[in-house]
Amino acid sequence: MNDFPVLSILGLLPFAAAVVVGFLPHGRELLAKQIALVVSLVMLALTVAMAISFEPNAAEPFQFVEKTPWIEQFGISYALGVDGIALVLIAMAVSLGPVVILAGWNDADDNERHRPQTYFALLLALLGTIVFVFAATDLFLFYVAFEVMLIPVYFLIGMFGRGQRTYAAVKFLLYSLFGGLLLLAALIGLYVVSARELGTGTFDWTLLAGMPIDPDTQKILFAGFFFAFAVKAPMVPVHTWLPDAAASATPATSTLLVGVLDKVATFAMLRMVIPIFPDASEWAAPFVVTLAVISIVYGALVAIGQTDMYRLIAYTSVSHFGFIILGIFAFTEIGGSGSVVYMVAHGLSTAALFLVAGFLVKRRGSSLIPSFGGVQRVAPLLAGFFLVAGLSSLAMPGLASFVGELTVLIGSYQRWPVAAVIAVIGIVLSSLYVLIMYQRVAQGPETENVKGMRDAVPREVVVFAPILALTLAVGIFPKPVFDVVNPAIERTYSFLQVAPVEPEVPVGDVTTDGAATDGEDS
Amino acid sequence: MNPENYLYLSSILFVIGAVGVLVRRNAIVVFMCIELMLNASNLAFVSFARLNGNIDGQVVAFFVMVVAAAEVVIGLAIIVTIFRTRRSASVDDPNLLKL
Amino acid sequence: MNAAAVVHWSEGGQQVVSDATGVFGLTWLLIALPLLGAVVLLLGGRRTNSFGPLLATALVGVAFLLGLVQFLQMVGEPAADRSFAQSLFTWAPIGDFSVDVGFQLDPLSMAFVLLVTFVGGLVHVYSLGYMANDPDRRRFFGYLNLFVASMLLLVLASNYVLVYVGWEGVGLASYLLIGFWNAKAEYATAAKKAFVMNRVGDIGMSLAIMLMVTTFGTTAFSGVFSGVEQASSGVVLAMGLLLLLAATGKSAQLPLQAWLGDAMAGPTPVSALIHAATMVTAGVYLIVRSNPIFDLSDGARLAVVLVGVLTLLFGAFVGTAKDDIKKALAASTMSQIGYMILAAGLGPAGYAFAIFHLLTHGFFKAGLFLGAGSVMHGMDDEVNMRRYGGLRKAMPITFITFFVGYLAIIGIPPFAGFFSKDKIIEAALADNVWLGVAAILGAGITAFYMSRVVFMTFFGEQRWADDVHPHESPRSMTVPMVLLGIGSVVLGYVLYSGSRIVLWLEPVVGPEEEHELGIPVLAITAIIIAVTLVGVAIAYSMYLRKPVPVQAPLGTVVTRAARQDFYQDAFNESVFMRPGQYLTRFLVFFDNRVIDGFVNGSAALIGGGSARLRRWQTGFVRSYALSMLAGAVLVVGVLVLVRL
Repeated sequence: MNDFPVLSILGLLPFAAAVVVGFLPHGRELLAKQIALVVSLVMLALTVAMAISFEPNAAEPFQFVEKTPWIEQFGISYALGVDGIALVLIAMAVSLGPVVILAGWNDADDNERHRPQTYFALLLALLGTIVFVFAATDLFLFYVAFEVMLIPVYFLIGMFGRGQRTYAAVKFLLYSLFGGLLLLAALIGLYVVSARELGTGTFDWTLLAGMPIDPDTQKILFAGFFFAFAVKAPMVPVHTWLPDAAASATPATSTLLVGVLDKVATFAMLRMVIPIFPDASEWAAPFVVTLAVISIVYGALVAIGQTDMYRLIAYTSVSHFGFIILGIFAFTEIGGSGSVVYMVAHGLSTAALFLVAGFLVKRRGSSLIPSFGGVQRVAPLLAGFFLVAGLSSLAMPGLASFVGELTVLIGSYQRWPVAAVIAVIGIVLSSLYVLIMYQRVAQGPETENVKGMRDAVPREVVVFAPILALTLAVGIFPKPVFDVVNPAIERTYSFLQVAPVEPEVPVGDVTTDGAATDGEDS
Repeated sequence: MNPENYLYLSSILFVIGAVGVLVRRNAIVVFMCIELMLNASNLAFVSFARLNGNIDGQVVAFFVMVVAAAEVVIGLAIIVTIFRTRRSASVDDPNLLKL
Repeated sequence: MNAAAVVHWSEGGQQVVSDATGVFGLTWLLIALPLLGAVVLLLGGRRTNSFGPLLATALVGVAFLLGLVQFLQMVGEPAADRSFAQSLFTWAPIGDFSVDVGFQLDPLSMAFVLLVTFVGGLVHVYSLGYMANDPDRRRFFGYLNLFVASMLLLVLASNYVLVYVGWEGVGLASYLLIGFWNAKAEYATAAKKAFVMNRVGDIGMSLAIMLMVTTFGTTAFSGVFSGVEQASSGVVLAMGLLLLLAATGKSAQLPLQAWLGDAMAGPTPVSALIHAATMVTAGVYLIVRSNPIFDLSDGARLAVVLVGVLTLLFGAFVGTAKDDIKKALAASTMSQIGYMILAAGLGPAGYAFAIFHLLTHGFFKAGLFLGAGSVMHGMDDEVNMRRYGGLRKAMPITFITFFVGYLAIIGIPPFAGFFSKDKIIEAALADNVWLGVAAILGAGITAFYMSRVVFMTFFGEQRWADDVHPHESPRSMTVPMVLLGIGSVVLGYVLYSGSRIVLWLEPVVGPEEEHELGIPVLAITAIIIAVTLVGVAIAYSMYLRKPVPVQAPLGTVVTRAARQDFYQDAFNESVFMRPGQYLTRFLVFFDNRVIDGFVNGSAALIGGGSARLRRWQTGFVRSYALSMLAGAVLVVGVLVLVRL
């Protein structure tokens, strides 16, 4: 790999831009927005370049590696690098950057107390921390980014939200800090263990992964890590911060929060929890899978009963995160790769849902489902967007989430048939919550509520088009994503002791020309 | 003379100061009692310096005096301001430390 | 377009799948053409309003021609070499598991390609007239094209995952088209109901796919079918039952039948294409396609047979009571698909006849629906047959084509339905006498309710309101009806003579099993025709000899129950919907009050506790001084004590 520090630039550029944007004087709001948009596009270009030069089957775990000592006394270094999973997630996050900035173009204009400059500076800072959190290969750096991430979100909700925004922002912060505290404690514990096992303490992933840790310590440390990520993910029963946050935040913030930020948790389960605590992960898997299945069914059922669009979308995410975690803890390649694709798909579908719901809410001034009705009569294009977003949430084939959902279900069925069978109920429930919401919002006769509602404006079309294009691309031709993700997943699960699942009656896949059938051992 | 007597004097002065702080209401008197306690400790420092035959205690006593002087300046200023606004220098009257 | 040489389960001497070359290499185009139409129409916006519908129709027409060329080419091949595979690209490769976007064109899928593109094309043409004045026609044709593409994907797919993709695609198109006029709230509800019930069936499909991957490591037909013999009987039974569950959802069979009647909310061409001729028969396709699985599991076949026979009677009874012409036809569709499912459940003895009936049914039922649409078109969208009467004079072409379809469905020789239904009843009789009796009874009821429809609509005195002026439909609508009518006349004999259909499908479903009948075939045929005529006669005495009241009479308990579809909706509501709603409401309450209540409660606890503690901070300087003193004394005391 070359020495160009692409990850650092990708992470620091938005921070620099955030400082510039934040200090722009009054009257330069438009410039602030333009800078934010251009910077997010530059990030996208960098990511594309990075993805092109990424080698999926490289021997070393990370690429684009950068490493500089930071706090040498504690073996902490500024170490960045991406594997296939991180690359895919960074690409997803960075692709959503310009989209949310465009979608939030006017979000802060009518805010009396805070300037749009601040809003876009915070969005940029959030994008920067997201890059760091996915790219950090030093656990301490990861932790720092993980916690710093809270700050922009806290202010985005607290300053630019609506309704009970202070309550929501504080709730989000407290939940996250509580999880972060346990993570920190476990991290220090891990450091102490590493000092004992390796001679010198370290936070370097490459040294920690696969390090022998005695089972009891592993379980305790696992609990600390897992709890922090379960809060973040969020899993039932520590999920209630999400609906409040989503209902109070601007759609752009919700998109980044639910679509991208929460993926950090599931990403970290794959990156850290399983490779560093393999025995404890296996030990806890039945428990985790149970929670995941509960999340799937419970989240979907509660979503059906919601009357607020934002809250409904938040609960659908609880359900979808259940699928992702189920896939991760299936410990099968199909489930693991599927869960990564599901993460990407969920990012896109949540973005679509939140943003289109945001367009509707902006027009109507309310996010309550009953305050709409018959939108399709007055704004057919917008209603069409809403339907497509909904379909991508209910995993319609041809869209990305179908690929993720199907592979997650297949992979988890291989290991946990009962859990998979229960999880399948989710596909019926998802059709219910999406279609009930769509019917109440968009179908039926035109109501007084939506009289004179404008159809989608060009800016909104430009926001929606790339999301749709990406979901379709991943849905129709997911192979490139799988090719990048598969080796990383294989490496992740190689730390585990569990036997890979083999078909009971293996038959050669005779419809392909042997490309994918090597290694058939029975 | 027995240097221990200075220590007894110092502790008596300190107790008088402490009791004064606790029982008197007038802020100025309370303040003077605090000064008394500080000086009691100064006396103890100096006595110990004499007893032990080194100069450390004397040095500390000077520090305390400097701090006390600074404190007087700020403390009196606060008291005067309070008195101006409330026409009273009683420490019980306002819950001074509560917003 | 790299296709791979493929050989599968040739040891059974059944089928050799070879590279799709030449015209067969264009199989992907069959799907791509209508898909292109859907994309252009749905994304193109108002710009395509003018030419969109025509483009959509033309694309389906081209797909039909391509299918026809392929068919003629295929006929020229020897019977064993009629299967072609084409692999476009690898869709999801994960380790040893991989799913291809690949197609398999064999006699079975060829039959469906012709049916779907031909009937689909005619329905497009018909819709040009039927939907001429609808402001949203472009969207309508876009959805229709989407449907045709999905349906072709379903029948051409070479693995179950891709079948699932098409399966969901037709479900989506069906949802969009049922709810096409969703400004009416109940139409939107009907669309949602159809989609959700289909999704319940999809549980079966998903689970079947999971089971296949776990068992065989693949979902490709070739892999699954070659491995199924080595799988344990429990797994095979489970697969069969799961596929059956999927089929019941899509094909509106018991217990997932309730959506079909409501689905008539869609425009009539949709009912003809999707809810009569093609999509609802996808379940039959799925079972016949999975014949190696069902061949190995008697239990699964028994379940299929039971579902089929129960649904055929259920649908028939419901059909006798409906006054809404489309709902009567929908009940009839359900019942006829029951016949097909029954045949498919009979195993090798019935697969070919299931497909045979499916094809003839596709023609005559589509014709009947288009006829019904034509009647509605001329009657200001009136659907109540009690408001019709004597329409044969006002709409001669509609009447003739409808009557031909009627003769075909009740099985009067030599019309199409006679051959196909006769064969199914024979096979059922050979399998089990009671099955045969039920099937014959069903035929009688079919004759009754279809005669009822025809008599009430086209015969008797006119009962429509004064401001209604029935008239014949435009050419674009009558021509498709005529073509379908011709099909309803000749298709049965064409496919039957020389066992053409059986031989054609033999490479896919295996040779027809010889069955032993206690009585001569001719006698059975005579019995069936006799029962049919009895049904017609009863209908004649009830609806032609006596005047039909415009207000429906109260009727017996059974009639009322049948009108309400034997309380299927009430059942679903009270058993699933209501408890589901209560559960949801309870969980929302639980989430807000218990889980979030716990969180907010602990926050309140900490807040309250700190408020208590805060009282200690009185603000009195002297109390602070006292506590400082006490603290200092305490520290000194401890120090002294420890020192001691």
